[in-house]
Amino acid sequence: MSNAATFDTRTEANIPVESPLAYSYHRSGAPAPSAKSRVILRERPFLGHLVLRGGAIVLDEAVRAVLGFGLPARPNTLSQSEDGARSIQWLSPDEWLLIVPGGEEFELEGALRNALGDAHYAIVNVSGGQTLLELSGEKARELLMKSTPSDVHPEAFPVGKGVTAVFAKANLILRRPAENRWELVLRRSFADYCYRWLLDAGAEYAIGVEK
Amino acid sequence: MFHIYCPYCEEHREEEEFRPKGQAHIVRPKDPEACSDEEWGDYLFFRDNPRGIHHELWVHAVGCRKFFNVTRHTVTYEILETYKMGEQPRITAESLASGETQGNVQVAGGGQQTVSGSNAAVEAVKGEQA
Repeated sequence: MSNAATFDTRTEANIPVESPLAYSYHRSGAPAPSAKSRVILRERPFLGHLVLRGGAIVLDEAVRAVLGFGLPARPNTLSQSEDGARSIQWLSPDEWLLIVPGGEEFELEGALRNALGDAHYAIVNVSGGQTLLELSGEKARELLMKSTPSDVHPEAFPVGKGVTAVFAKANLILRRPAENRWELVLRRSFADYCYRWLLDAGAEYAIGVEK
Repeated sequence: MFHIYCPYCEEHREEEEFRPKGQAHIVRPKDPEACSDEEWGDYLFFRDNPRGIHHELWVHAVGCRKFFNVTRHTVTYEILETYKMGEQPRITAESLASGETQGNVQVAGGGQQTVSGSNAAVEAVKGEQA
């Protein structure tokens, strides 16, 4: 058992929490989806984000024991639980991003620390620092083509791939968990900029924001 | 724009994602106290500026954030190969001069720890690099 000091960042006190986009909705608005919308944007705020660092083999064993599925075996790929609610993405040869439904992350961190024992690793809870946006709709890929130099052609970017990419003048994590769904993992500090960029770039596709 | 092969991401990415970090394979003197001023000055300040093949350190700043080496031609800007930290270049000014040009310009694979790899294999590779 590690002696790292951990604490639950979600307090039990009834403090209202705001998603990183709360200010942007207020300031820039959120066009409602209509029948004309060919791109739909949806934020999935307050998920649990953990960054795992360490050797692939040790982490893989621990993650398998705790979550029931392993690390992605190849660079720039994504592994998911069967229902798709939990995912692990390769970020670099010794770094992975684990995303779970909100509220699970603290317990999960403890379970992973138990499973890892004295191994050399690091787990950081970054839930408060980033948020996840979902893009869907027939023109979602076209919107991405305008925004990022990464190749998002289906041949170069199959389902299950995820990369860290330049996006507009910021950078974010871009991933494709399903055929028609793209996910953007944004830094909190870039959220407003990227949101406004997406609204502007999506205007010609009548982008709609689901809340 | 260049497409640069990142040996850790194992694919070509846009130049925009990378940053150059100067000459590669500079070894810090093992015992700085025993260095002459000239040796220490060479290590600290003086860099090669060849016309032709140059081995450089680059970082995949937006992607995996790992440093790796690039063999680049300073006149044509052509990137002849990229290879991981701790590895030695296959293409050098000498190898080109002696006509041993490699057909394969990008070197990939080896050394990276993956889920399917074994610890022993990884340790073996690390041992070779040390």
